[in-house]
Formats: sequence, C-alpha cells, structure tokens
Amino acid sequence: MSGVSFTISLIYVLAAVGFVLGLHLMNAPATARRGNLISAGGMAVAVIATVVLLAQHHVGTVNWTVMAVGGVVGGGAGLWEARTVKMTAMPQLVSIFNSVGGGAAALLAINDILQHRHAGISNLSSITGALDILIGLVTFTGSLVAAGKLQGWIPGQPLIFRGSRAFNAVLAVGFLAGGVWLIVSPASTTALVLLLAAAAIFGVTMVLPIGGADMPVVISLLNAFTGTAVAMAGFVIDKPVLIIAGALVGAAGSILTKLMADAMNRSLVSIVVGGFGTGDSAQPAAMTGDVSVRQVTVDDAAIQLGYAGKVIIVPGYGLAAAQAQHEMSALSQYLEDRGIDVSYAIHPVAGRMPGHMNVLLAEANVPYPLLKEMDEINPEFDRADVALVVGANDVTNPAARRPGNPISGMPILDVDHAKSIIVIKRSLGHGYAGLDNELYADPKTEMFFSDAKKGLSALLAAMKTLVA
Amino acid sequence: MTTELLTDLTIFALAVLVGFEVISKVPATLHTPLMSGANSIHGVVLIGAMVITAAVSSTYAYALAALAMAFAAMNVVGGYVVTDRMLHMFLRRPAPPAPPAAPAAHGDGEAAAR
Repeated sequence: MSGVSFTISLIYVLAAVGFVLGLHLMNAPATARRGNLISAGGMAVAVIATVVLLAQHHVGTVNWTVMAVGGVVGGGAGLWEARTVKMTAMPQLVSIFNSVGGGAAALLAINDILQHRHAGISNLSSITGALDILIGLVTFTGSLVAAGKLQGWIPGQPLIFRGSRAFNAVLAVGFLAGGVWLIVSPASTTALVLLLAAAAIFGVTMVLPIGGADMPVVISLLNAFTGTAVAMAGFVIDKPVLIIAGALVGAAGSILTKLMADAMNRSLVSIVVGGFGTGDSAQPAAMTGDVSVRQVTVDDAAIQLGYAGKVIIVPGYGLAAAQAQHEMSALSQYLEDRGIDVSYAIHPVAGRMPGHMNVLLAEANVPYPLLKEMDEINPEFDRADVALVVGANDVTNPAARRPGNPISGMPILDVDHAKSIIVIKRSLGHGYAGLDNELYADPKTEMFFSDAKKGLSALLAAMKTLVA
Repeated sequence: MTTELLTDLTIFALAVLVGFEVISKVPATLHTPLMSGANSIHGVVLIGAMVITAAVSSTYAYALAALAMAFAAMNVVGGYVVTDRMLHMFLRRPAPPAPPAAPAAHGDGEAAAR
C-alpha cells in the first residue's frame, strides 16, 4: 500500500468516525446542529480523499467530466431544493433525497454487473450486487410514491386493488427468482431485467396501500433500507467506508422507525400491511352523523382569548396544511404581549412527522420554550382557561381513552380538561382514523369553522379591535 | 478475496451494532431531523459512484454513471443542507426570553393524564 492510499484509507476511517459521532450528537437538541456539521465534514473529507485517490490512477478525461457534470448537476439541484423548499413540504423532500440515494446505490451495482459480467463475477459479489439492486430499487420507487402521497399527487388514502396481495406475492417471487438467477449467472440480461422490473414495481405496490398518516414511519423505514442498500454497494466495490455508513444508517434507521411507530402507537407490521390512515379527508362543511356542535363567532372567540389568563394552543396537521404557522405565531405573540400565559401543546406526531410541528413553528419564530411536549403539557390543561385547537383532530379525541376503536390507546392531549375549548377547523371532516371526534360534541367546546390561515388572521384582527 | 470479504463482513456486523447503540432516547422533536441526518449519511454512496464512474468506458455506462453521480450528489448536498436548515430553526433563538411561570408541582405527567 502506497503512502497516499494509506493516508486515504485513514481519512475514510476519520470520515466513518465523523458519521457515528455526528449521528450520536444528533440525539440531543443542544448538540444536534454540531452533530450534523461533523457528519457533513466527514463526508466532505471522504469525497476529497476519493478525488485524490482517483487522481493516482489513470482516469480518462471523459470519466472526470462525467463525474463533475453529474456531481454538479445533482449537487446543485439538491442544494437548490434544500434551500428553497417550504418547511411544510420538507418531509416530501427528505423522501426524495432518500429515493435518489437508493437509486444511486442500485445504479452502482447495475453498472458493476454490466462492467464485469463477462470477466466473471464471484458468486459472493453477485449476491451483494443482487441485494443492492433489489433494496435500492424498492427504496427508489417506494420513496417516490411516499413523496407523491405527501405532496398530494397520489391520493393519501390506502390504495388497495383486488388481488393486490396476490400481485405482491407474484412480484416477490419475481425478484427472488431474478435475484437468484442473477447470482448464478451474472451475465444474464434477462435475469437482470426481471430483477429490476419486479423490484421497481414492488416498491410502488408496497407503499400504495399505506395511508398518508403512516407515511413518516414508512419514509424512515425506507431510509433504513437505503442504508442497507448502500452497505451492499460497499461490498460490491469493496469500500469499507460505504459499508460502515450504510450499516450505521440501516441499523440506526430501524431503531428510529421503531421509535416513530411507538410515538404514534402503531405497530410496524400493521403499518406495512396497511389499510389505516385515510390521509386528508376534508370535505367542506360535511356534517357527519347527528353530532350537535356549538359554533362560535370570531368576535366571541377573540374576546374569550383576549381575557383568558392561560391559553394552550394545540396545533395540528390543519395548521401545517394551511401554512398558517406565521398567523399562529402573530396571534400567540399578541396574547403574550397582553400578559397571557401562552404555551403550545405538541403531540409527538403533530404535523406530518414527529418533530415536524416544532420545525414549522420555529420557522415562524415561535420561541422554543413555549413548545411543550405531551407529557409536560397534559397536566396543565386543567388550569387552562382556553384551549385553542387549530387543525388537530385525532390527537385530541377522548375516544382514545376507551378501548374498542381505531385510536384506542393512542396517547392524546387532554384538551377536554381545559375550562373552554375553541376548535378552528375547516369542517367536521374526519381525521386520519376516520372517527367522529367526541371533543367537538363536548358542551365546553365551540367550533369556529374556517381555514386555519384565514381563521387565525380574522381572530387576530377581531382581537385588535375588541380587546385592544 | 475471501479475506477481504471476511473483513468487510466483520466491519458490517460491527457497524450494525454501533448503529443500534448510537440512537438512544431521542425526544420526538428530533425524530425528523435525525431521520434527515441519517438520510444524508447514506449519501456516502457518492464515493461509490465516483469510483464506478472512474472505471467505466462505454456510452451506456457513462450515462448510468452520470445518473448515479447526480442522484448521489443530490442526496448528500440536499440532505445535509436541509437537515442544517431544520436544526437551525430550532436554535435560532437560543435564549429563552421569559419561560412561562413555573408550573405547580404536578407529579407524574402520565398519571395525571389518566
């Protein structure tokens, strides 16, 4: 081993240390940003080291050009999207980035097989290659579908067609057969095509039946898949740094997926089997059943809020969907300026992903200390004069405390313990679970039917004139 | 070859164990940034794409390699930048201006919730 390649191997070790350290530091809010920077630094030195390593060999001009063009185009697109994406659309973007990562890992193995198949590939290396293609492609198409569901291009409700289970089984047989065939005879184009097609379609049919509400968990799961695919790619080209980083993400991603599923009180199995989570079902003013609810005018709501001593705001998906976080922030700032004790009750899965609501509110300059996690805020509802629910549904439904319905056992915010409750919501439409929310029928509850953005602006305007 | 594979497998097994351990009690708030951060780490596939790109020599392989490069670079750059943007938002106002009045002692939150 020459001096240069020895140094480069050391740099790869350093990069791997950076990944592990970075991921570990991201466990706590105080160190999270430093962790991400350390991880990025590890990645940067690893990329530079690779350029130096390749410069040692006789790499053609065309190859350098392809590398540079591909890198600049992809990197530029990634940078632009990451900079300009609205924070409400961020889960989709993470899913897209995950998708292309899986795609790159699959392409790597495809290229390797096409390059070396006539020179002969050992069985061991074609096993990892086949696994890489399979997992990478499933992630590629699966993550695209997940992003499409979150973006609303693909309906959020579970899409199940007759015989979908059987179809999936056929696909599974297809990619298993293609994979084994490819392992035995890496030169077979038919085997490669069979594996590619079956894996790509399987990614789609795996995610389609899963409801929009479960998408965050699915994205996290696919993220772990990509990690595994990258580790397999590391075997294919014998690069330990890929194996380390990939295995790290694969394992850490699985744990994170479990944590997310736990926070939503869902089991991973039932998520993947699908059927729950109807996505966005807001039929305007659709009264469901014979629930009698009290409506409130904007002026009455403004007065209640303006003269309260303690207000707890419960933001939900409706707030994120209406992109009303800035209006929310302005309203709570106004209340605070009047000396009212304001806090935000953040359910672990408020918004579209765990932690998503925190990001949205932080974007709108809501001070971090005002955001309270569920366990911390629940005892405080008893002392709240007004609980202002903005576009949250299932996470406030007292039915979760009883057994025998789809959300039984789900941890909820004790909104019904507040002295009075104002709910801003577009309609009485159902949440993901498709249940009537018993909170709305509570005598203490008043409904203010409006889009979150318009409703909050109207509320603030009314407050400024009535309780200035 | 077999020695290499054995080394690679050892590395893989140990890295999986590290991955299981490195994530411990994460507040739900950080789940999304953490996922995004892990997402950017698997962008390390960029290095693999570079190595492969350096070795190809036919037209279709150039095309595949360029696509792999673009995908991987997008994963790395976009992943880190968006993660940093998320985390930046949490920490933009580090000094708590006026934390709400200290809540009265309230035993176990879980118990009170029932």
